[in-house]
Amino acid sequence: MTAGERAGATPVLELVDVRKCFGDDVVLQGVSLTVPEHSVTVLIGASGSGKSTLLRCINQLERVDDGLILFDGQDVCDPRADVDDIRQRIGIVFQSFNLFPHMRVIDNITLALRKVHGVGKDEAEARALELLGRFSLADKAQQYPDRLSGGQQQRVAIVRALAVQPRLMLFDEVTSALDPVLVNEVLSAVRELRSEGMTMVIATHEMGFATQVADEVCFLAGGVIHERGTPEQVIDDPQDPDTREFLRRVREAGRL
Amino acid sequence: MTQTPSTGPAGSPAGPVWVPSEAELGRRRIRKAQDRRRALVAAVSSFVVIGGLVLVVGTSQGWPVVQETFFNVQYGWEILPLLLEAFRLNLVLWVIAAVAIGVLSMLLALTRTSTSAALAPLRFLATVYVDVFRGTPLLLVIYLIGFGIPALQLTDRPIPVVVLGTTAVIITYAAYVAEVIRSGILSVHPSQRAAARSLGLSQVQTLRYVVLPQALRRVVPPLLNDLVALLKDVGLISVLGVVEVIRQAQILTSKSFNFTPYVVASILFLVVTIPLTRLTDRVLERTIARQNAQGSA
Ligand SMILES: Nc1ncnc2c1ncn2[C@@H]1O[C@H](COP(=O)(O)OP(=O)(O)OP(=O)(O)O)[C@@H](O)[C@H]1O
Ligand SMILES: [Mg+2]
Repeated sequence: MTAGERAGATPVLELVDVRKCFGDDVVLQGVSLTVPEHSVTVLIGASGSGKSTLLRCINQLERVDDGLILFDGQDVCDPRADVDDIRQRIGIVFQSFNLFPHMRVIDNITLALRKVHGVGKDEAEARALELLGRFSLADKAQQYPDRLSGGQQQRVAIVRALAVQPRLMLFDEVTSALDPVLVNEVLSAVRELRSEGMTMVIATHEMGFATQVADEVCFLAGGVIHERGTPEQVIDDPQDPDTREFLRRVREAGRL
Repeated sequence: MTQTPSTGPAGSPAGPVWVPSEAELGRRRIRKAQDRRRALVAAVSSFVVIGGLVLVVGTSQGWPVVQETFFNVQYGWEILPLLLEAFRLNLVLWVIAAVAIGVLSMLLALTRTSTSAALAPLRFLATVYVDVFRGTPLLLVIYLIGFGIPALQLTDRPIPVVVLGTTAVIITYAAYVAEVIRSGILSVHPSQRAAARSLGLSQVQTLRYVVLPQALRRVVPPLLNDLVALLKDVGLISVLGVVEVIRQAQILTSKSFNFTPYVVASILFLVVTIPLTRLTDRVLERTIARQNAQGSA
């Protein structure tokens, strides 16, 4: 049981038996997930287990083949749903930062605020600067992305997604392109968001990080969630043999 | 859980046989209905526009005369073999010119993008060449070469005007195409070059195996565009007296005082260019799809 279910409120995100195939390749076969408000769900699993695919389905970058994805109770897979409207309320940060290289940091952040949400230039920049300050990036506002380190770029990407005040944030291995020091920069940014009560779904290979931030950890393998529970249950005391095997290999690789 | 579709208990493998749930079937129905509605809207709007055009043109006062002088079907069939014969020359010259332009423009582009100091004079010449021939109207180049070269009396026997005209087309087009290829080469990110060089590939190998394949793939759509334009422009050499399809149509028209030959000639061009244009669209869509696949994590 997670926090939201206890409270009985509508979860921010609910997946019911989500299925996704690429041709004959069934990547997700019946994934169900409940993400209550203010909770952090962490997806772990081997490379190719479908973590990115799941996040992309939530954000409608991929069309699911079956199942329901309810975002604030609304089925986002419904062909009549307004995809742009849904994406405006879901922030996503990718492994490759995908900053716009031809815009300064401040313009990267204010673009959607101004063009999609109609916020005025001054207000948008004020909001961006405030966010940049919180992520210790205030002095980088006028720089172009290629002048920043990887960790800084990734934090700018996070700020850019946050600027429009999304209801839900999706993080797809936001640290795998970074060295350990930069990893910490980014992870503490995510921890900061958690302390503010942001609802998040995070795919990661950083088990230590998962343990720190997760309310619920889900182990994804063979297209289904093999095991789920608190970090203490899943990472420290896994019951499922596949989960154990996976974590044993992660431990061998020294990532835990 | 709010509801459980027919695929079995949540979170468990659905097994080899998968039956779409009610929710999914409902979505498919909605998508099908949306597709039908879109198709219907497209059909109705096309019908209104085309029908309106036919109505306006067909009921206009001058239409009977226009139909007789531009769209005389019987006369059109009569002259078709003659025009086809002439059009064959266009097609042959088109293919020859395309191949020659491909080679020449590639050399120009490679020269212009080279960085070695030894090639500096060649680079300069290539730049001048491109500047001159990209900036001069094709028709003028055809005149200058078509009338200028024979005046030099370089050979005993005169060079056929077809050869001179086609050369003019090749020279001019090579300048355009070289610039398209060069922009493709420059658009490949420097990190790709760095990655290849760091693997130990030489300058030339890097170009051959890493840069050019990406560059050319990127410029295929604009190149196909130039190929279509080339087919139409090859006809310009008729100003030197070459009897290709446009000239042939002109001759027929001046004899019969009927403009149908022009219409038939246009149709011949369209028969070749429309499939090419469609192909260009398809290539573009594929390119975009590939970029999207790379675009996000
Ligand atoms: N566009 C696509 N077309 C075909 N197959 C795809 C596509 N995207 C992903 N896949 C396949 O789906 C499976 C899951 O991929 P996904 O990227 O979701 O894995 P992942 O868990 O995020 O892995 P990683 O930890 O390496 O990022 C893989 O086997 C992959 O080959
Ligand atoms: Mg991934």
